[in-house]
This record gives sequence, structure tokens and C-alpha cells, in this order.
Amino acid sequence: MKILVCISNVPDTTSKINFIDENRAFDNQGVTFVINPNDEFGLTRAIWFQKKESATVTVASVGDASCEAILRKCLAIGADNAVRIDAEAKDGFYVAAHLAAYAEKEAFDLIITGRESIDYNGGMVGGILATLLKIPYLANCISLEKEGDAIHLQREIDGGKEILKGTLPLVIGAQKGLVEEKDLIIPNMRGIMQARQKSLTVLTPTESNPSSSISTFQKPPAKGPVKLVEANNIDLLIDLLQNEANAL
Amino acid sequence: MSVLIYIETREGKIKKSSLEVASYGRAIADAKKSPLIAVSFGLEDTSLLSERGVNKVYAISTEQDAYFNVNRYSSTLVQIATSEGAELVIVSGSANGRYLGPIVAAKFEATYFSNVIGLPLSYKPLEVKRSCFTNKAFNQSISHKDKVVISLSTNSFGVHDQENSSEIIEITSDYEASASALEVISVEKSTDKVSIADADIVVSGGRGLKGPENWHLIEDLASVLGAATACSKPVSDMGWRPHSEHVGQTGKPVASNLYIAIGVSGAIQHLAGINSSKVKVVINTDPEAPFFKAADYGIVGDAFEVVPELTSKLKALKEA
Ligand SMILES: Cc1cc2nc3c(=O)[nH]c(=O)nc-3n(C[C@H](O)[C@H](O)[C@H](O)COP(=O)(O)OP(=O)(O)OC[C@H]3O[C@@H](n4cnc5c(N)ncnc54)[C@H](O)[C@@H]3O)c2cc1C
Ligand SMILES: Nc1ncnc2c1ncn2[C@@H]1O[C@H](COP(=O)(O)O)[C@@H](O)[C@H]1O
Repeated sequence: MKILVCISNVPDTTSKINFIDENRAFDNQGVTFVINPNDEFGLTRAIWFQKKESATVTVASVGDASCEAILRKCLAIGADNAVRIDAEAKDGFYVAAHLAAYAEKEAFDLIITGRESIDYNGGMVGGILATLLKIPYLANCISLEKEGDAIHLQREIDGGKEILKGTLPLVIGAQKGLVEEKDLIIPNMRGIMQARQKSLTVLTPTESNPSSSISTFQKPPAKGPVKLVEANNIDLLIDLLQNEANAL
Repeated sequence: MSVLIYIETREGKIKKSSLEVASYGRAIADAKKSPLIAVSFGLEDTSLLSERGVNKVYAISTEQDAYFNVNRYSSTLVQIATSEGAELVIVSGSANGRYLGPIVAAKFEATYFSNVIGLPLSYKPLEVKRSCFTNKAFNQSISHKDKVVISLSTNSFGVHDQENSSEIIEITSDYEASASALEVISVEKSTDKVSIADADIVVSGGRGLKGPENWHLIEDLASVLGAATACSKPVSDMGWRPHSEHVGQTGKPVASNLYIAIGVSGAIQHLAGINSSKVKVVINTDPEAPFFKAADYGIVGDAFEVVPELTSKLKALKEA
């Protein structure tokens, strides 16, 4: 089984979000970048298939050289090889089009994306990629098992889950639940050393245009101070929620 | 030119997030002076849509599918959008809305904008405001294409009544879809309670509750309020609660009207996921807990004392 895991390089979850260049660009000064958490769940599942079913795992990012550190981390975690498509990730459609052009040539059995990136939050690359490749997409994937040629899947829906059956090839949107938190792999020294020997191929971008562009960023307005209510005055809290906040 | 909306149903009834889409679609259709067309699968009664100002409803039967069928639904939406000359297709921010959105956009060769809050800032070219960095910021995005698919962020626009209910043309017909290699076998409901995505009120518990045996505090309060229950990440990691209740940056987003956090410290990753809730209440023993900076109302106090009292007072109020 050939697996592709699409990796988005995102600011660490504790990062303060600021903008520069008259609010036209993200300020990455002092920001640590990490593997998008949803992609990490997907990568962990892919490594499981590599260990149990001798699948090969390729990781790919669309981005400039700055995302190579994260691809190296994926190699240290256990991916077999990495690909960087040398184009600025302008929008989700643009990213999906580049990944599709690459995946078309490689004939992967399973393509794993994250449910969404935690910076752009498009929740779109997986669905568009699958549609461009004319193969099915399962969003919010919380379980993926293989039994011979049959694939058993689960999708989280509002208030429950769907149980599905399918075949490869397939694209999924990985999220928490697909693997357990404790299964996440922290690269060890051996992994980091081995990663240096593995290939990280840089591909030139194909002809493609983004479908949108961002004009400006904004930060949410500052919030007023909290109204504190004494623990022995619950009636006041209820009154405020009812009559001031209109929330009950 | 027309505006197309996808109206999601559950057991034949329109979901609230889709009524919001109808109100939103009406406002856009007014601005563009174009008709508002709804597409719905398995809808029993179209009159609610007429009250929201929908002009035409494609009520598609679901005889072929026992469950949500992303392949058929997306193909149908694109076929109707094409034949109606729609430039804009709007879906809700529900799990199914966000599933359909990018697929419809790709098939329709349209731009896709998710997490859109508020009406477009301009129409030619279409420019929207959307949240990004998991609610830590917003961006203004401009489409380079005339055709756009929007996923509206839940609770960002609201459901509005329409002065005059419009006359509805109902069309029932079937549309073709290619066979899909994915098939839904069954659906398991997690509980009979409201889900986090649909809830007006969410009651959430953190590690401060000490253990799963104390969750009746959260559940009792939630049941009095008709609220969904949620939890912080460590609580679901430790298996005190199911993963589906984990909210935050790496869990579910919450966009309820009221969010009550009990024994949750308010780590940045937790707050990111609940930022778009309208009113936030915190109950925590530690006055220095970061949640107090993010909340609208707070009680510095012990959950084990405050919550039962709050629950019984609310119960008395509801029964009165
Ligand atoms: C990559 C990454 C992603 C993450 N994503 C998420 C996410 O999506 N969602 C999330 O929630 N977290 C996330 N976290 C974890 C986050 O950093 C915090 O560790 C977590 O939110 C803390 O959970 P908590 O508030 O339940 O527990 P704690 O931080 O332990 O807080 C417990 C609180 O309970 C209070 N308390 C104790 N006793 C009582 C009592 N009797 N009555 C009232 N209050 C009491 C304490 O004062 C304290 O404030 C993430 C972390 C990382 C590194
Ligand atoms: N620049 C990128 N390179 C590779 N994969 C990406 C990139 N951006 C997003 N993805 C993948 O698409 C998923 C969804 O991203 P998004 O549509 O931005 O929410 C991510 O979780 C990644 O798996």
C-alpha cells in the first residue's frame, strides 16, 4: 500500500497571532512551527500501516524551503520519504491542485490530509484534492481499518458517527480519534539520524492559479473585563444571564 | 443569476443551522436582486422555507439513500446550480455542510470560502470576512472567480423572520450521480442529547472536576438547560469523557450562545475553540485561571458547591 500524507506547516498552538505589512501578512517572528495536529494524527495512522502492513509512507508539503524542517520531523517520526512542492501555499484550491498533479503521477492507494489546518482553517484541501483525482473523500475520519481489499471507516457527524465501507483509492480528512493521543510518536535520536539519510525531493510547481487571495487580516476586538459574581450570590448570575446577556 | 442554498434536514426537519443559511441567503439575494433557491434532501414540509423568503425549493427524495450521500448530494447541487445559473452556493457550517462545501466547489469550478462570518463585503469581486487561526484572527478574502461556494459559520448571522412569506415552487426530481466507492452502512448516535454543533448552550467540564464519577454535575446542569456537554482535551485523553466532547483548537469548535466552563483553566488551545461562543461563563476556584480573562461572567468558587446550587435554582426557575 502506498500512502501519501499531506503536511501543513502551522504555528505552534500556543503562538500569539500577529500581523505585519499593514496587516497583510502573518508575523512569523519568534513563532515555532509544528506539524498541523490533524496531519500528525494522520501520519501516526500511516506509520501504523507501514509497521503492520509494510505500507510506504510519503509526506508532502506545498511551500517554500521553510517547511523542510517539518518534513524532516515527519521523516524522523518514520515516513519513508518526503516531497516539497516549491510553491507558496496561496489558497486551499492552489495547494490541492499541486498535490493532485503530484499524486496523479504516483498512484497512491491512500491519501491522508488533516480535517483542517489550524492556520487557514479551510477544511478544504482534502475534499478538493479527492474531487480533482476523481476518488472519494471521507471528511472527519475517526477510524480507518483495512481488511483484505475492504476498508472500514468512521466519520464523526454532529451528534454521532457514521460507519462506512469502501475500497482504495481514497482520500481522508484525519482528526483526533483516528489514533489515540498516546500513540503519537516523538522522534528519538535514531529516527532523527535516519531521517538525514532519507530523500527529500523538491519539485517545481505546475501551472495553476489560486482561486482567491487574502486582502487583510484582523485580530478580534479586545474584550471587556469579566463580571465577577460572588459564589454565594447565584441568583445574581442567573439574573445577569437572563436579563443582561439574554443567554438563558 | 440566482443564489442557491443547501438546506440540511434531520428526520425530515430542517436543521437550525440551515434556517440560518436561509436567512443569510435571503439577505444576499436581496442585495443581488436575485431569486433564492433551496435544495433539500428528504424535506417533509417546505412552508418553513417560505417564511424565510425562499422562492423555489428543489425537494429531492431520499428513497435511494438511507443516509447522507456526499457523492449524490454534491452532484445534485452542482447540476441544479448550473441549470439555475447560480453564482453563489451557500452551505452551513455543520459537519455535513463543511463536507459538501469543498467537493461542490471543486465540481462547480468555484472558489470555496469556509468559516464565513457576516454578509459579503462586496459582490464584484466577491469579498468575505472569515475566521482563521482557529478563531484567533479574521481575514478578508477575495474570490478570483465569479462562482463561489460559501460555508457560513454557525450562529454568526442568526435566523431572521421575513416580513412576507413568499410563494414556493416545489420541484421533485432525481439527479444522476456516479457510483461511489464509499458506502454508509449505519449511523450511531452518541446520545439522545443535543450535539455540541447544534446546541444553543454548552456546559463544559475540565480537570477541576477531579474524575469521571463527578460528571453528573455537568450532566445535570446541561439537562436543566437543554445544553450539550463538552470537556477539555486532557479530560478526553484520560478517557473520562468521549473524544467527541473534546473542544478546542484540536477538538471541536463551539459557536453556542452560552458556554459555561467548569473547572477548566482556559489554556490558549481551549479558548481558541470556544472564542466564537457569544457569552462565556467560568466557574473556577483559582481567580488567576486564564479563563477569567476570556469570560464575560465568572464565579471564583468550588464547582462542587456552586454547580449543584446553580442547577437546582435553574430547575426551580424552569418549573415555575
Ligand atoms: C498541541 C496542543 C493542542 C491542545 N489542544 C487543546 C484543545 O483543543 N482543547 C483543550 O481543552 N486543550 C488543549 N490542549 C491542552 C491545554 O494546553 C491544557 O492543558 C488543557 O486545556 C487544560 O485542561 P483543563 O483546563 O481541564 O485542566 P487544568 O489546566 O488542569 O485546569 C483545571 C482547572 O480546574 C480548576 N479547579 C480545580 N478544582 C476545582 C474545583 N473544585 N472547582 C472549580 N474549579 C476547580 C483549577 O483551578 C484549574 O484552573 C492542547 C495542548 C497542546 C500542547
Ligand atoms: N501547504 C500545504 N501542503 C501540504 N498539505 C497541505 C497544505 N495546506 C493544507 N494541507 C493539507 O490539507 C489539510 C486541510 O487544510 P485546509 O484546507 O487548509 O484546512 C491539512 O490538514 C493538510 O493535510
